[in-house]
Amino acid sequence: MTTRLRNLNMTLHYADDLKLFKSRQSRVGIAVIILAGVLLPLSVKDDFWLSVLNYAGIAAIGAIGLNLLTGYTGQVSLGHAFFIGVGAYSAVYFGGHHGLPLPVWLIAAAVVGGLIGAVIGPFALRLRGNYLAVVSLGLVFIGLHVFHNWRSITGGPGGTSVAVPLKLGPIDFTKLSIGSYEYTRNQSFFFLVWFVVAVAALLAKNITRTRPGRAMQAVRDRDMAAEVIGVSLARYKVGAFVISSALAAVAGALFASYQQFVQPDSWNLFVSIQYIAIIIVGGVGTIFGSVLGAIFIGAVPQLVDKFSAHIPLVTKSAGGGGGFHLTVFQLNQMIFGALIVIFLVLEPRGLAAVWLRIKAYFKAWPFSY
Amino acid sequence: MTDFLQLTFAGLALGALYALVALGFVVIYKATGVINFAQGGLVLLGGYLTYNAHHTWHVPFLLAIPIAMVLCALVGAAVERVVLRRMVGQPVFAVIMVTIGLLIIIEQVVTGIWGFNQMPMGDPWGIHRLKAGGLALAVKDVWTIVFAAVVMIAFFLFFRYSRLGVAMRATAFDQEAAVANGISARRIFALSWAIAGAVATLAGVMLSAGGAGVRPDIEFVALIAFPAIILGGLDSPSGAVLGGVIIGVTQTLTSGYQPQYASWLGDGFGSAMPYVVMIAILLVRPYGLFGTREVRRV
Repeated sequence: MTTRLRNLNMTLHYADDLKLFKSRQSRVGIAVIILAGVLLPLSVKDDFWLSVLNYAGIAAIGAIGLNLLTGYTGQVSLGHAFFIGVGAYSAVYFGGHHGLPLPVWLIAAAVVGGLIGAVIGPFALRLRGNYLAVVSLGLVFIGLHVFHNWRSITGGPGGTSVAVPLKLGPIDFTKLSIGSYEYTRNQSFFFLVWFVVAVAALLAKNITRTRPGRAMQAVRDRDMAAEVIGVSLARYKVGAFVISSALAAVAGALFASYQQFVQPDSWNLFVSIQYIAIIIVGGVGTIFGSVLGAIFIGAVPQLVDKFSAHIPLVTKSAGGGGGFHLTVFQLNQMIFGALIVIFLVLEPRGLAAVWLRIKAYFKAWPFSY
Repeated sequence: MTDFLQLTFAGLALGALYALVALGFVVIYKATGVINFAQGGLVLLGGYLTYNAHHTWHVPFLLAIPIAMVLCALVGAAVERVVLRRMVGQPVFAVIMVTIGLLIIIEQVVTGIWGFNQMPMGDPWGIHRLKAGGLALAVKDVWTIVFAAVVMIAFFLFFRYSRLGVAMRATAFDQEAAVANGISARRIFALSWAIAGAVATLAGVMLSAGGAGVRPDIEFVALIAFPAIILGGLDSPSGAVLGGVIIGVTQTLTSGYQPQYASWLGDGFGSAMPYVVMIAILLVRPYGLFGTREVRRV
């Protein structure tokens, strides 16, 4: 009886709500996604789309971190770009200058990011809401100054090339090979990036569905009330900062190793805004949404670029002179801005909510009400 | 000594500019509780509208400013009506992001219409300088200080003595009680955005005057004005002015003396200085120098 009810997705115990996979369908779904992830780089050989997916995966890791901080713990941070940059330069230092192997520089980046997050985190205990947002914005500008001047690591304003080891034992992530088949760099990187995405998502999911996750959401909903019922604000606010900046640093490290060249100006305020846009479009307070948002925000500019010839008022050259016209870049920026506004006004819970609605509709199909 | 006075004056002028931008932030925050990242977009739009009125419609410069102020005020009110009004009661985070989205859109519209080139504003002040003692004061800087002072006094009088100003303060203090007393909160919200648009235009004009030219990157000044408003306290007009002056003077003095006395801080530390000052002060006073402490209830 119980098993039959469980198969109908009925919640009988509190433990049912905490399960990683709530139903057989979700287990099948995850299996399909993993299978697709393994098969996709085999069927898509186009470097262009693979690189879009790789950048999206890197962004997804950072976005999962930001979602833990902003979506689950309610601490608005415009400083995410700074932590991404910290991760990138950690990779340059540990992987590039010291030649440490792949898992070491990746974990070292996470540790450095987490430590700096632990230094910044206590600000959130003193400052709230708007004030915290603006202070974290200040972090980006101070970070830019440091990145511009710490020439031995960052190479100054001109940037530095990144040559980090990408080998894990016999596995070389610059050209994977299985049997006689050899993958391209983009294909190999796809596996590395999306494997890290899967680890980050699992980590985040496990945090959010257990005690720390409930504490974080209590802090988000009303921090004073959470404190009154015994949630340590210091522990969870700072903890959220640590995890979020560690994940951001991992994303930065992967970004640097993929891009092979980084400039200090890559970590400007716009990057922070982009990450916030990803979690808004994907769904604030959902792990799945962070990944969805990263793919969406990553793919839209590329699609616009591809079809720009068919869009009226758009030129390839810069505006000015007579009349109103936009370059492809401007149009992309405009769509980006509009996406933020439209999602927040019309669907504040993002793409994840749209997906849940579709799922709910088909759950009882054809007897939906 | 002359160097010091010269730098201080430059700092005051810069601070007055920040104050003009910051006053726009404060009026919106005070009435609606929204921290408006799109203020930089309004500054940009105001600057270009003045340019347009002067050069395309051939209106005399001093008349072009009020025309642009009215137009920019209308845009501000329209933005409030169409977008921000739907965001009432939403979390801080969502409202901030909507204004950032608006900033990005306004930027593209402005550069779509007027392009990316730097264009001369055609203001009468140009690069003229006054000599006073051993100092050379740019006429435009003097006017910036005058404008900031006038706007600040006007704000003070408006909030203190006019019916609308009092209504705005009441709405900021307790929206429900204000509505119960017959104040139209909607009109107050729209009005605050209109005022912010008008003040932003002044800031945009002063940023592009004095030979600097009107150009897309004047919107970024709004980001440097953040330390100023945060420093003074988000809801205090006099705090905005004081914050602007503190940030402006610190910034010019740092740029002037840091390469000589503290070169280990790196090139261009002056531009990072406002944020350092802001963070230091906020750690001591989390609601700024004159900000109202938030009363927190469970």
